[in-house]
Amino acid sequence: MDYQLTEEQIMIRDLARQISEEKVKPVRSELDEKGNFPWEIMKLFSEADLCGLYIPEQYGGFGGGGLEFCLATEEISRVCGGVGVTFAASALGSYPILLFGNEEQKKQYLPDIAAGTKLAAFGLTEADAGSDASAMKTRAVLDGNHYILNGTKQWITNGGEAEIYTVIAMTNPEKGSRGATAFIVEKGTPGFSFGKKEDKMGIRASATRELIFEDCRIPKENVLGRTGLGFIVALKTLDSTRPGIAAQALGIAQGALDESIEYARTRIQFGKPIITFQSLQHMLADMAIQVEAARSFIYSVARAIDSGNIKDYSKVSAMIKTFASDMAMKVTTDAVQILAGYGYMKEYPVEKMMRDAKITQIYEGTNQIQRNVIASGLIKEAASKKR
Amino acid sequence: MKNIIVCIKQVPDTDKVQINRETNTLIREGVPSIINPFDENALEAALQLKEKFGARVIVVSMGPPQVKDALRQAVAMGADEVVLASDRSFAGADTWATSYTLAQAIKEIENYDLIICGKQAIDGDTAQVGPGIAEFLDIPQITFAQEIGYEENRLKVKRVIENGYEEIETELPAVVTVTKEINEPRYPSLKGKMKAKSAEITVWDTEDLEADENKTGLNGSPTKVVKIFTPPVKASNEIFTGDPSETAAKLAGKLKELKI
Ligand SMILES: Cc1cc2nc3c(=O)[nH]c(=O)nc-3n(C[C@H](O)[C@H](O)[C@@H](O)COP(=O)(O)OP(=O)(O)OC[C@H]3O[C@@H](n4cnc5c(N)ncnc54)[C@H](O)[C@@H]3O)c2cc1C
Ligand SMILES: Cc1cc2nc3c(=O)[nH]c(=O)nc-3n(C[C@H](O)[C@H](O)[C@H](O)COP(=O)(O)OP(=O)(O)OC[C@H]3O[C@@H](n4cnc5c(N)ncnc54)[C@H](O)[C@@H]3O)c2cc1C
Repeated sequence: MDYQLTEEQIMIRDLARQISEEKVKPVRSELDEKGNFPWEIMKLFSEADLCGLYIPEQYGGFGGGGLEFCLATEEISRVCGGVGVTFAASALGSYPILLFGNEEQKKQYLPDIAAGTKLAAFGLTEADAGSDASAMKTRAVLDGNHYILNGTKQWITNGGEAEIYTVIAMTNPEKGSRGATAFIVEKGTPGFSFGKKEDKMGIRASATRELIFEDCRIPKENVLGRTGLGFIVALKTLDSTRPGIAAQALGIAQGALDESIEYARTRIQFGKPIITFQSLQHMLADMAIQVEAARSFIYSVARAIDSGNIKDYSKVSAMIKTFASDMAMKVTTDAVQILAGYGYMKEYPVEKMMRDAKITQIYEGTNQIQRNVIASGLIKEAASKKR
Repeated sequence: MKNIIVCIKQVPDTDKVQINRETNTLIREGVPSIINPFDENALEAALQLKEKFGARVIVVSMGPPQVKDALRQAVAMGADEVVLASDRSFAGADTWATSYTLAQAIKEIENYDLIICGKQAIDGDTAQVGPGIAEFLDIPQITFAQEIGYEENRLKVKRVIENGYEEIETELPAVVTVTKEINEPRYPSLKGKMKAKSAEITVWDTEDLEADENKTGLNGSPTKVVKIFTPPVKASNEIFTGDPSETAAKLAGKLKELKI
């Protein structure tokens, strides 16, 4: 399919593809097995100027938008979903600054993120506050010119590895969903430490850790937006970054489809390549339809968001994340089926792709929560038409 | 350092080469071209010196107009300036004529401190051009570098030899040819690629180089490649049969017998 990408977008896609093929593919299974953080690879992305695609030029970025970011995330995830999310989570950590930061905060933090010399991370989830973020217990109390932060964030991607953290904490619990505030917290701030690194089913190259705050003093200037805006910051951020997760899912699925076709052409049973069996042909055809449908959906939503013409894109960004992640789970499962016994073995890459795909249905809001968001969008639209 | 010159040759992608049996020359049509891999190491070495000590990196190549693609790639990797020596009369040059032509181009670029070449080109394979340039310019040469250091206006080079390396110092300007071990060439960056799209490529012909036509191209080449051929493969093999432990024993016995 020709998506009428610009020359620059094609450059981004090809560069991300080249680095992923040449440098990520040879190490992906070792990264998966050992759960090592892919610093060397992140350094290559940084040197190739891929880390600041969505950051404006005035802050050292490439000045592109969500589509550029999606193209790179897709290509990286096509080879390894774990490296893909490591790349994407830095955007999750920096969008709060991009969307809500003041000029000083942007100038201070975005250039290093754009250059890829520092990674960012986003801390919302807690042990008892997953889908229900408003149940969070992390508190920030004003003390002179500082806020004192106490509490523990759980399952934070890039935790421990990132330098810049955007963290949501309750500043005024009585106010409920209007009682949270977003902060920028730098690694190394006294009272800020990391808990254990999780041992995960998939995306094992990515780091998932606790952020522990014990009387951690943060200067007042580190508030993002203003106090009370914490959940708005979180929701708007996720609206902007879900296309990245959709692109991660798309990449994983494309990788699984590539492997399936290649394998089916060469695996001989009953004296002929298994790709000659019509039932497998139809499976491959269905996989290809799904992958391409997700791609056109994601690209068109990313373009629409980048155009600036739609203000509320919660619904469409939830739609592409849900569609692409459900698709990726189905396509990777079918890929394992096509490779069958070999597919189930770690020697072949598709079982990893299936494990990696699963997370895309869970994080940045489970697909159940996404459907809630989509439905509430539908209800709102219907109500506004009634009058 | 002021200027570091890197010589790059555009070569056909390794495995995809075919030879025209009549003329004994390479059939280049339809074969994708790449920068000679050792020359990417040469460029990387220059860029690293630039980053450490400050310098302008100027890339020079001799070849037909399509070499501009290779030069654009050099810009994408970080070259500051690129020059193509190109003239119909340069065609068919042997290593002597190539070295002469490149030396003439380098003379046009003033104030060079260092010239870095690849160890050898993967097609011609002679490893003569770097040393040839040094001779024409009458400056020192160090071949097969695995490390280039720079201190107090002197170059300190580790040169690969069998079972080790030797350390050589020289004053500048000098020619150094580099091996694969010296570094890992970087990827072109996005900003570099954008720059490469619109990069200005200087093209110099015989006149610009003030070159002697009798010393360039086929005309100026004392040697001629008479014949290129693939030697017939003399395969003598022995296939052992039986169960694994049996065949393994037979194989081990044979290896012992052959004193391998
Ligand atoms: C199969 C084959 C065999 C050949 N055999 C001979 C031979 O025996 N004798 C002979 O005189 N010629 C020979 N030639 C011709 C020779 O390849 C070229 O004429 C000569 O221009 C470069 O020599 P080289 O490829 O061996 O380069 P090398 O000397 O191996 O290259 C060393 C370095 O010199 C620099 N360099 C070389 N060529 C250029 C260039 N055009 N522009 C910029 N930098 C360059 C690069 O940095 C390169 O890494 C042969 C060519 C082929 C294809
Ligand atoms: C590998 C990994 C990385 C992560 N990275 C980050 C990160 O960087 N930053 C961060 O802040 N968080 C991160 N998370 C947290 C992630 O966003 C949460 O796991 C997710 O939001 C779901 O929360 P939960 O796991 O607590 O599930 P729960 O909320 O406990 O949900 C359990 C089940 O109930 C369903 N459910 C819950 N509420 C409803 C409802 N109202 N209607 C219908 N169904 C419902 C859910 O869909 C799910 O099936 C990460 C998680 C993982 C596993």
